[in-house]
Amino acid sequence: MSASITDPHSTAASPGSPAQPLIEGRSGRGRLVLRRFLRHRLSVIGLVCIVALYALAFLGPLFTPWGYAEQDPTAYLSPPSAQHWFGTSQIGEDVFAQTLRGLQKSLTIGLLVGIISTTIAAVVGTAAGYFGGWVDRALMWVVDLLLVIPAFLIIAILSPAFRGKTWLILVVLLAAFSWMITARIVRGLTLSLREREFVLAARFTGVPPWRIIVRHILPNMASILIIDATITVGTAILTETGLSFFGFGVQPPDVSLGTLIANGTNSALTFPWLFLFSGGLLVLTVLSVNSVGDGLRDALDPTSARGSRRRSGD
Amino acid sequence: MTDHVTEPVLSVDDLTVSFPSEQGRVTAVRGLSYRVSPGEVLGIVGESGSGKSVSSMAVMGLLPPQAKVTGSIRFQGRELLGRSDVELSQIRGRRISMIFQDPLSALTPVYTVGDQVAEALLVHGAQSRQAASARAVELLDLVGIPGAARRAKSFPHEFSGGMRQRVVIAMAIANDPDLIIADEPTTALDVTVQAQVLAVLATAREVTGAGIVLITHDLGVVAGLADRVQVMYAGRTVETAPVDEIFYHPRMPYTRGLLASIPRLDTGPRQPLIPIEGQPPSLVSLGPGCPFAPRCLLVIDHCLTTEPDLAPVSDTQRSACHRSGEAAPPAPLVSGVECYNTVSHSRVVLRVEHLVRHYPVRKGAILRRQVGTVRAVDDISFELREQETLGLVGESGCGKTSALMEILNLAAPAHGRIEVLGTDVSALDRRRRMQLRRDLQVVFQDPIASLDPRLPVFDVLAEPLRAHGVATTEIRRQVPELLRMVGLRPEHAGRYPAEFSGGQRQRIGIARALALEPKVLVLDEPVSALDVSIQAGVLNLLSELQTRLGLALLFVAHDLAVVRHIADRVAVMYLGKIVEIGPINAVYTGPQHPYTQALLSAIPIPDPAKERARERILLTGDLPSPADVPSGCRFRTRCLRYAALTPGLQSRCEQEEPAREQRGEDGHESACHYATAHAVL
Amino acid sequence: MTGFLARRLANYVLLCLAATFLAFALGSLTFSPLGQLQGRNPAPPASVIAAKRAELHLDEPIPARFVAWMGGVVHGDFGSTITGQPITDELGARAGVSLRLFALGTVLGIAVGVLVGVASAIRQYKASDYAATLFSFLVLSTPVFLIGTLLKFGGLRLNEAAGSTVLYYTGEFSPGFQGGWWAALADRLSHLVLPTLAIALSQIALYSRYQRSAMLDVLGSDFLRTAQAKGLTRRRALFKHGLRTALIPMATLFAFGFGLLITGGVFTERIFGWYGMGDWFIYGVQQNDTNIVATVTLFVAVLVLFSGWLSDVLYAALDPRIRL
Repeated sequence: MSASITDPHSTAASPGSPAQPLIEGRSGRGRLVLRRFLRHRLSVIGLVCIVALYALAFLGPLFTPWGYAEQDPTAYLSPPSAQHWFGTSQIGEDVFAQTLRGLQKSLTIGLLVGIISTTIAAVVGTAAGYFGGWVDRALMWVVDLLLVIPAFLIIAILSPAFRGKTWLILVVLLAAFSWMITARIVRGLTLSLREREFVLAARFTGVPPWRIIVRHILPNMASILIIDATITVGTAILTETGLSFFGFGVQPPDVSLGTLIANGTNSALTFPWLFLFSGGLLVLTVLSVNSVGDGLRDALDPTSARGSRRRSGD
Repeated sequence: MTDHVTEPVLSVDDLTVSFPSEQGRVTAVRGLSYRVSPGEVLGIVGESGSGKSVSSMAVMGLLPPQAKVTGSIRFQGRELLGRSDVELSQIRGRRISMIFQDPLSALTPVYTVGDQVAEALLVHGAQSRQAASARAVELLDLVGIPGAARRAKSFPHEFSGGMRQRVVIAMAIANDPDLIIADEPTTALDVTVQAQVLAVLATAREVTGAGIVLITHDLGVVAGLADRVQVMYAGRTVETAPVDEIFYHPRMPYTRGLLASIPRLDTGPRQPLIPIEGQPPSLVSLGPGCPFAPRCLLVIDHCLTTEPDLAPVSDTQRSACHRSGEAAPPAPLVSGVECYNTVSHSRVVLRVEHLVRHYPVRKGAILRRQVGTVRAVDDISFELREQETLGLVGESGCGKTSALMEILNLAAPAHGRIEVLGTDVSALDRRRRMQLRRDLQVVFQDPIASLDPRLPVFDVLAEPLRAHGVATTEIRRQVPELLRMVGLRPEHAGRYPAEFSGGQRQRIGIARALALEPKVLVLDEPVSALDVSIQAGVLNLLSELQTRLGLALLFVAHDLAVVRHIADRVAVMYLGKIVEIGPINAVYTGPQHPYTQALLSAIPIPDPAKERARERILLTGDLPSPADVPSGCRFRTRCLRYAALTPGLQSRCEQEEPAREQRGEDGHESACHYATAHAVL
Repeated sequence: MTGFLARRLANYVLLCLAATFLAFALGSLTFSPLGQLQGRNPAPPASVIAAKRAELHLDEPIPARFVAWMGGVVHGDFGSTITGQPITDELGARAGVSLRLFALGTVLGIAVGVLVGVASAIRQYKASDYAATLFSFLVLSTPVFLIGTLLKFGGLRLNEAAGSTVLYYTGEFSPGFQGGWWAALADRLSHLVLPTLAIALSQIALYSRYQRSAMLDVLGSDFLRTAQAKGLTRRRALFKHGLRTALIPMATLFAFGFGLLITGGVFTERIFGWYGMGDWFIYGVQQNDTNIVATVTLFVAVLVLFSGWLSDVLYAALDPRIRL
């Protein structure tokens, strides 16, 4: 729902410089999206939480003298105290330092996987949808194939290969196996956008396919891509911690929230600090990411269920 | 028509409806009052956003909960506002019923139509299920559904739009209501179907004796059916009078403007239309004064400060205009639109010969399989000459858009031949095809879908230029030029399409098509999505540009009245074939093919006297599926002439497909074995 | 039509084969099945290692090994584990355990999820809607292993409070249980509650979210308005016309939800000590056992494709528009 121009005397930018009014237009839409987003109290809280979590994960370690792999021989399994804010583990590691290290890992992995996998999904989905024919059939067959086995299982099988290697391999694998559903959605959108009149108009004036994809198709599904990227961030964090829980993910001596929870579960009743902080922060992280995703959906995609669905007016 | 002094069935007083919205509170209806007498047909006319639908939903009590409704709605003396859902549900469907605009979405997809009609009876009566089902079949039969007993067991998706609307009407009359509200009942339908549905509505009125509120944007529809008309603008009534007064003595400038801007069938060809400049106001922040003042040609200072009340100008007519008391001023002069010269018929710029486009039909979700072939375009031929306008008309599903796409693809068709500017498109290489694209451009129907919402207008217009390697400095020079050419301000180049109104967006679409200075412009229903007052301006612009730039136009439309105003020649399509083609005058005054005659007779004329006096040729049945085309002449299943023939003569229609032959005037061809000219206007 | 069915079936078989091959090949490439043997102290003689090597056909190319294994599978022989146990012997029992868990989780998840979703949509923006939304967000943001662990401790607390074992959290039934049929059922049920909850909670959260938005879409639809205009009260129109139509999109979600279920099953089986396919898979990876991993993958692939097919059938059953 956008206002149409009723006042012909506004804006008098010189036609030679499209930059100025361009900003005006963007900010108009931007303001609307922002206003819709801000209406979601839960999403706003989620966004604040994410910022706070990032700050905690990356600035927190500056305030504690303990490193995440360092052991305090004077404190084994000590409860939270002034020395060790989150207590210590069986071998005297500082749980606060470890939890922050794990949080860093989860946040970074989530973000990277979200970006990479959405990029793959966008490329594969638009190519399949726009070109159709055998390109479509081949790509969709690959999607079907990868959807037949849950990503978790494939990465678990591959886990011996990156044992002792950098966790970045894990990022690549997570991204490589979490783009399929988004790609399907992107393909569906491309199929309908391809028949839209503005795309036809571009095609009939001779604009080449790749340029149509970049200029018309991708920008028009940007909102869906952003929303899906957010969802993927949450899923990636969950998958990573799940893998780490079984020892298939981040490898010691490095830690992740998943390995911390796995170590803590067995003694969770007697030494709850081993488990509660990492578990709590993990849930808080994913919850924040998901609620931001939900808020973005309503703000960016007004046709979604909760936006302003009903047309008021005539 | 009505001189009842009886108590009105419905009286609405000072009704106000407002909604919350992103921009603020929208007051969609502002102090509306009207009455409907028993058996009377009240036509409520207005453009989109005038509040006509909202007010009727308020009467039904079906507005969303966030709507704020004040005023009074009395039905047979009982106040309806403020009643509970349970109380209202006793009245809805039994005493007041409603027919909606979009028949495609108005029925629940998962229940059979028979069950849905029977439900209307079951919720209000003590009948048994069997009795309700039997009555449902009777009702379906009454509204003209062939094989009602069998069709009652079908699901809504197995019905065409027209048939679904009949089902909705059957539901509406099921309980013999006292008031029927029909909200744009034919807007989503083709003209021949519209004529059928309006006839059914007239039957419904006779059968039930109910008062009818007919809401529409189409003055033609009202002219034939209404007793009294009320014109709405910006949430209020601006004029109300018996139907003849409205059409022959309109006092409010808006009513006059509407009447002058409608393309009419009964005028000569290529008459310029008089558009109403500007757009309807935003209902979020209405200033003081008459809301129509910014668009009004008769505006005086007083109009800008005080909103006029609806005041009587005669015994039966009331009008909301400060100047309605004055003697009617002469009709405003047409400005800026030249009358057109006859076009010099010279070089052929587009030649289509025996073009065929078939699609496979697939069915089923679990077992996707090909079940047939849609013969979307089935051997059509025509040519378009330099500076000429050819109108390609037909109802939805006749294959006109498929034909366009085939031409625009500039690729070899499956069958037949397409020649653009003398070049056979099947022989094009990549480079030549690109060059030819400059000369063949397109304007689409939907002004919202045809512009990329994420690109500012500057980029929209620059895109074709960039694709053809025009230098950036040159583009900077040309874009403002293009905007000016279509009547927009060059300063608006930085705005996004969403910031423009429908008419302005369509102008941007035209500017984009003209950017490469084409010789042939293809227009796919360019004005059908626009309000009438806006439509006229776009049509005038097209005519003007054509004369100025020497364009050839291929104008595809379903509205024959629009085509009459812009085209030199017209081709009528039915089920993938051109059944009649010829010069505008010849075809409109002496149509030879029975389909053309039916089509012309179905279009309502905004003139009550003419409407009443007109002969109407009502087609029977539905358009056959293009996947299952009848043998011989494909129109025979609905043809009245065929029906009147002796079986001996009929067999020719059944076995032999009629070829297009020239009859009468030069270039006037029709494809009918028994063609005879028959004036229907 | 038969041609179409055959093509579709062929594609399913092909997808199963390709998926299993993928798992088999990746396993063969990354696993080092001799690692444990080589790592023993004292190191076994080279001849023992070579024998094992030959037994596992490690010198043959991977495709050849796969063909050999697959050849056995066609005849019902899934090969043997590294330690030499025939896989087929254990397969039936483990598959049964998993299927019982999945079936119960799915039925409970869909039933409760749909109910919660509909209630949320109808009472949109009311306290109950917010509560349901918060619940599903919380569940969807909590990994299954955390939910499982928390449930386990919840059960423990409950047992402590009750003073006896009300809910079990290890295994499917008490080992060496003696008693009548009813007692056996009660024993099984008290083992079933926690794992079923662990697996059903995320399904409930997922389905309720989608059912809510499907229902909200229907709330604004024209046909609901028509039903009300006919004289149905809003409530009656909602249930008779709205709910029935809003169920349609759930059919497509079913296939997607199933993938989530399988991953959740792996954790649940592990945490609650159910010896199902998921537990086996983890064991297989830890033991570097390609055959176990490939067998579980084949099982999963068949289930996923079956659920996809079932979802199509459901869709057609719910929506007359796409019936044959």
